[in-house]
Amino acid sequence: MKILHSWLNEFADFGSDVEAIAARITELGLAVESVDRVGDPVAGVVTAKVLRLEKHPDAAKVTRVYVDAGDGVERHVWCGATNMKAGDIVPLATLGTNMPDGRVITQRGILGIDSEGMLCSGTEIGLSQDGSGLLILPQGTALGIDVYKALGVDADVVFDLDVTRNRPDCTGYLGVARDLAAGMGKQLNLPKVDLSADGKAISVPVSITAPDRCSRFTVRVMSGITVTQSPDWIARRLARAGMRSINNVVDVSNLVNLELNQPNHAYDFNSVQDGFIVRLASDGEQFTTLDSVERTLQSNDLVICNAQNDIVGIAGIMGGLHSEVTDSTTSIAVEIAYFEPDAVRATSTRHALRTEASLRFERGVDPYGADFAVARFAELLRITCPDLVVHAGATDERTSSLPNEMKTTQVRLRTIERVLGISMTIETLGSMLAPLGFTVSRGSADGVADVGIPSWRNDCSIEIDIVEEVARHYGYDNLGKIVPTSPVHGRLSDVQRRRRLLRELVVSLGASEAMPNPFLAPGDLEKAGLSEGNALRLANPLVAEESVLRTSLVPGMLKAIAYNQSHRIREISLFEIGHVYPQGVEILPDEYESLCIMVAGADASVAMDLWSQVSLGLGVGAQLSQDQPPAGYHATRSAQLKRGKVVLGSVGEIDPTVLANAGITGRVACLEVNLSIVLAEVPKPANAQVVSKYPSSDFDLAFVVPNTVSAANLVKALRQAAGNLLVDISLFDIYRGKGVSDDARSLAYRLRLQAPDRTLTDVEVSDVRAKCLTAAEKLGAALRG
Amino acid sequence: MSPSDSLSHEISQAQSAAISAIAASPDVAALRVVQADLAGKKSALSILRAQLGKIQDIEERKSAGQAINACAVEIESAIEQRMAKLQAEERAQQVAAEAMDLSEFVTAKRRGSTHIVTQATQRLEDVFIGLGFQVAEGPEVETDFYNFEALNMPKTHPARSEFDTMFIEPARADQEPNSVLLRTHTSPVQIRVMQSWKPPIYAVMPGRVFRRDTPDATHMPVFHQIEGIVVDKGITFAHLAGIIEAFTKAFFGNEFTSRLRPSFFPFTEPSAEFDIRRANGAWIELGGCGMMHPNVLRAGGIDPDEFTGFAFGFGIDRMAKERHNVEDIREMYTNDLRFLRQFS
Repeated sequence: MKILHSWLNEFADFGSDVEAIAARITELGLAVESVDRVGDPVAGVVTAKVLRLEKHPDAAKVTRVYVDAGDGVERHVWCGATNMKAGDIVPLATLGTNMPDGRVITQRGILGIDSEGMLCSGTEIGLSQDGSGLLILPQGTALGIDVYKALGVDADVVFDLDVTRNRPDCTGYLGVARDLAAGMGKQLNLPKVDLSADGKAISVPVSITAPDRCSRFTVRVMSGITVTQSPDWIARRLARAGMRSINNVVDVSNLVNLELNQPNHAYDFNSVQDGFIVRLASDGEQFTTLDSVERTLQSNDLVICNAQNDIVGIAGIMGGLHSEVTDSTTSIAVEIAYFEPDAVRATSTRHALRTEASLRFERGVDPYGADFAVARFAELLRITCPDLVVHAGATDERTSSLPNEMKTTQVRLRTIERVLGISMTIETLGSMLAPLGFTVSRGSADGVADVGIPSWRNDCSIEIDIVEEVARHYGYDNLGKIVPTSPVHGRLSDVQRRRRLLRELVVSLGASEAMPNPFLAPGDLEKAGLSEGNALRLANPLVAEESVLRTSLVPGMLKAIAYNQSHRIREISLFEIGHVYPQGVEILPDEYESLCIMVAGADASVAMDLWSQVSLGLGVGAQLSQDQPPAGYHATRSAQLKRGKVVLGSVGEIDPTVLANAGITGRVACLEVNLSIVLAEVPKPANAQVVSKYPSSDFDLAFVVPNTVSAANLVKALRQAAGNLLVDISLFDIYRGKGVSDDARSLAYRLRLQAPDRTLTDVEVSDVRAKCLTAAEKLGAALRG
Repeated sequence: MSPSDSLSHEISQAQSAAISAIAASPDVAALRVVQADLAGKKSALSILRAQLGKIQDIEERKSAGQAINACAVEIESAIEQRMAKLQAEERAQQVAAEAMDLSEFVTAKRRGSTHIVTQATQRLEDVFIGLGFQVAEGPEVETDFYNFEALNMPKTHPARSEFDTMFIEPARADQEPNSVLLRTHTSPVQIRVMQSWKPPIYAVMPGRVFRRDTPDATHMPVFHQIEGIVVDKGITFAHLAGIIEAFTKAFFGNEFTSRLRPSFFPFTEPSAEFDIRRANGAWIELGGCGMMHPNVLRAGGIDPDEFTGFAFGFGIDRMAKERHNVEDIREMYTNDLRFLRQFS
């Protein structure tokens, strides 16, 4: 909402300190987004008379113009424009003038002939949008004076307000001025109006067939009108508010809308004199709005029709072409109505048609502002139509859905104290709210006020709304700042603490955190070897390629790997911790948090190493199950991480087909872990074991193990065989190749034995070693010779 | 010449022979051989010692013995000194020979990095933890109730249209259209926290949120917010302003200050925007806040006549973007390792 300083000052004496006014408006909750000066004269640009024109043989495109700037001295100026003739009065930017576009006018001419200034177009000096030629001023304009002054253009300031949805009254000057006057302790001056109507009674019948959609419809007839141009000051006022001047009647309609926040419509009286019908449109009904667009209406669009039931306007949004005021109009019917806000918004949204009227109706205008507004309309129209006759007999059709003129609510002083921390009497509450149009009286109980809410404040209905008014006018800054002492122990939960630990761990393992888009294209999951059957879809995606909600982090991570590979980045190791959203049986999906680490150019053993680190770091274990490869993984180089039937994650290499689909070369090691499960498992503190003081004995065993026997099984067997004396076993060498048959590999283990209470004898050690060999042989593993 | 004279002559000869052998040892190994020889049975001193028994005179024998011992001590001390000198020389040679250029090493596995949005989130969490807040989380796919209805935005509420909501296609026949959605703010977690915790509540809720916004240099359809609530008896607007001020100083620095100015949100009343600035600097708009609307407290199962509360929230991505001077927010989501590795 653009508010002109000069216009605002008509409502109260706010003074000339525009920065202070802007600050106060902001403090009251109407954010001032910008404060712009307009109409500042360009110093050095003066009126000058064209004395004669000359062409130069070597300069076809420019003219030599000789001007008199009022001092009787003939000055020579080069000029590229062609619209001037001797005797015209034009703007002359004299030497040294700083032009608004940053240029400085100097003597520098062409062909060695100096120019003693520059003649200007309206655009160049910010006076009009017309840059096609020089600005020609009216004959008789004094010479050598400031051009702005010559044209009567005053400087002004435009405040651009960001009016929030809860202040329907502040899309008009009156509302802003009322708040500001209260905020600055100024007397609010309402515009002068004459509420009487002297002309003979002319009533236009109104029939409302959708009473819940239109609860008030008033029509006032005026005659004695000459349609003409508005005076310059009105045109300029509208221009500075962002509107175009059309003619005196339309301009007045717009002024009333801006000033009083009261949309209104002036019809040519002849086209509507038999009456109005306010009804719902029928489905498919056609109507051409004022912007020449033919619109197809629906049965929930409210329309205004003439007595012949022909549509003359979409209620609260825009009129039609055929009932508008024309140059030959001499009588008008002024409609001011109240339409149900939500429905106006729905129709406006449906037709993508937002107008100055719909903007106001959808927030809710004052249902009781019509009489004052129509009187103001007449007052402003009388400026150009001195013979204006305002006819008695105005129609005022109301329905039962019209809101009450003044709603009331009870306000407990204690609530003000509880919410704002300030105590207040009913009297101070009253004097604070009265300038805003609220009434305050003693309520039924002690410390309770009955507050009457003015009809233009539909944002207020309950106690807390009044508390907010108090806060705004008391001043947020005056409510103080107190840091509360939290009685709660501030900390991360166990899950959050463990998530941070995990992130640190994964980063220390070399991976960088990616944040891929959680939206996938249709087919992305299938390309990753996963089912799309349990994926949710967006009803209104931005683009089709982002319409499927991920059920796995893998597709997004594959895209990230492929992206980095295509940019020739080495050592690609990425991870993500994020939510996935597989569909479940409830309304909401089975959303859970997942970890995915991917390393390009690495095989399954790297993935296993990652898992062993994560497993150690988080203190959670799982069984490795290679029986059923996880979907999307390499069939023979992957495993599920399970605990009983619960799958905690997957580990291994990504399926080569999936990699090919993603355009990835080389192997990709991948670890996925369901964090919703494992982060929630907080391990119990470990019990300290006494470290044995006795020496330990080490021995190595290298076996040739058939590929069908897993290393995990062999270790399990060795552990069992070695019994309590075994304190450590680790795989230190894997060998395939010469000396070992193709369907087997050599696995070498180092075992350490130790007893808590004695030094082991050689016999004990060789006994354990023998048992280990027997156990390994049972699995088909032979001691490597 | 008495036997003792000849003995003492022999002792002194043995000693000088030993001392020159020690001095002539070129390195530790040679010295150890000399040392072993001197201590051996065939060494001059051992032989002399063996001859002691032949001396009849006790006094004489005693004095000869003492002379031999004294000589042994001399020799030992000479060995020790020579040994120390040779060892020091050898170490010095070793150190000189082992010279290493420390800039000449093969990089071990590179440390990765956390995402700058994660870093910003953790920094914010830590500041609020210091102010006595706990951290709460909630689902990203939400119901209409938690995202709108419970936040004082019933079905027809005009403010809903400002949220550019992304809806989930109904997965079941009995599901209302638009009843499940991607949360447009972290505020649903407010309601979930109030429903499951009991006052006093001091909680912040960071998380991922979604709006149907076309990506540009400052907007992403998927982004991150942090929101905080305090619900307790006796909480007023001044406490809201106090927490905002305390946060501003703790997070941005002591030279910063904050202000609240009236605004509008459906879920708070009175509502405010909060701005921050350096002393005498320009105000920078940071986020929204306000006293929790009684309807929101009720939706969380809290009696607004007994408890009051406030809420505040702002974007996290912008914090990360501005901290690291990222020009275009979309860069933060390309997952380009050349970008990510800058912030480890």
